[in-house]
Amino acid sequence: MNLISSRRGFMGNTGKLSAVGLALLGGNVAMAQGMAGDAAKDAGILNVALGLEHEAINAYQLGAMSGLLQKPVLDIAVGFQSHHKAHRDALIATIEKLGARPVAEKKLDDYAKALKADTLKNQADVLDLAARLELGATNAYLGVIPAFMSKDLAKVAARLAADETMHFTILTNALGRPLPAGALSFGA
Amino acid sequence: MHCLPSKAGFALSPVLLASGLGAFFAFGAQAQSAPSAERGLAIYTAKCSACHSVDENRVGPAHAGVLGRRAGKAKDYEYSEALAKSKVVWSRTNLERWLTDPEKVIPGQRMGYRLSLPQERADVVAYLATLSAPK
Repeated sequence: MNLISSRRGFMGNTGKLSAVGLALLGGNVAMAQGMAGDAAKDAGILNVALGLEHEAINAYQLGAMSGLLQKPVLDIAVGFQSHHKAHRDALIATIEKLGARPVAEKKLDDYAKALKADTLKNQADVLDLAARLELGATNAYLGVIPAFMSKDLAKVAARLAADETMHFTILTNALGRPLPAGALSFGA
Repeated sequence: MHCLPSKAGFALSPVLLASGLGAFFAFGAQAQSAPSAERGLAIYTAKCSACHSVDENRVGPAHAGVLGRRAGKAKDYEYSEALAKSKVVWSRTNLERWLTDPEKVIPGQRMGYRLSLPQERADVVAYLATLSAPK
């Protein structure tokens, strides 16, 4: 995932990013209002995360519409989708308050093509796709934490990673697969 | 027999504690083996596939044929201005540098993700090198 601008950029905006991070964490977008200066890089970072969240929402939508998911798995998938929608909304609000344009969601068909949705033939296929996306998202969010100069934004990334890890774990369990055998299997 | 030292044991064993922490943080210092495309595929699946696919543009560009390709030239992908204008041609060396710190290779680009372990970078690049350009 592409979340980080240059270290110099972060060092120059540490105070602003702290406020943005807090705004995103608390859902208090008003805190992000009135920020001056060049926040384009910071908004770009958040926009990449937003692209990930758009894709996750649409992946779950494709799964839900496929008719391949049975209850209670369907309910769990819809619940996970709601988490990604909450991530999306928080990211959009923060990006807009930074004066940037949030990256647009593509058409569902575009996500279907990119994710090869036509190859999904049963519930396990859908869960496998979701598990791969959630694992990738976990590692993506963890992978950018060290680059944050703002501890608040690093914390945001860690909280997002925690949600994705929870999703991955549940999906892995639903697939009947073993959990990671070793410690420290995520990130690095 | 007690396998774990007591709190007092830890307090009195700074060397033990230090060596434990040293092992914990020393993953990056482990000796490297020859790059493995097989390991690289597993790492790519776990750590790159949130944004990338081999043959489809997603959050990031498709990777088929990336080795030897000029940066910013995957078909139909909307790149940052920095990538679009870059003269970099992807080699094994600069792909590893890119995965270490993309901003140092092409300032102004959008990818902030980094692979911190040299072995993982080498393995992922070995895997990327196996991906043929789209027909």
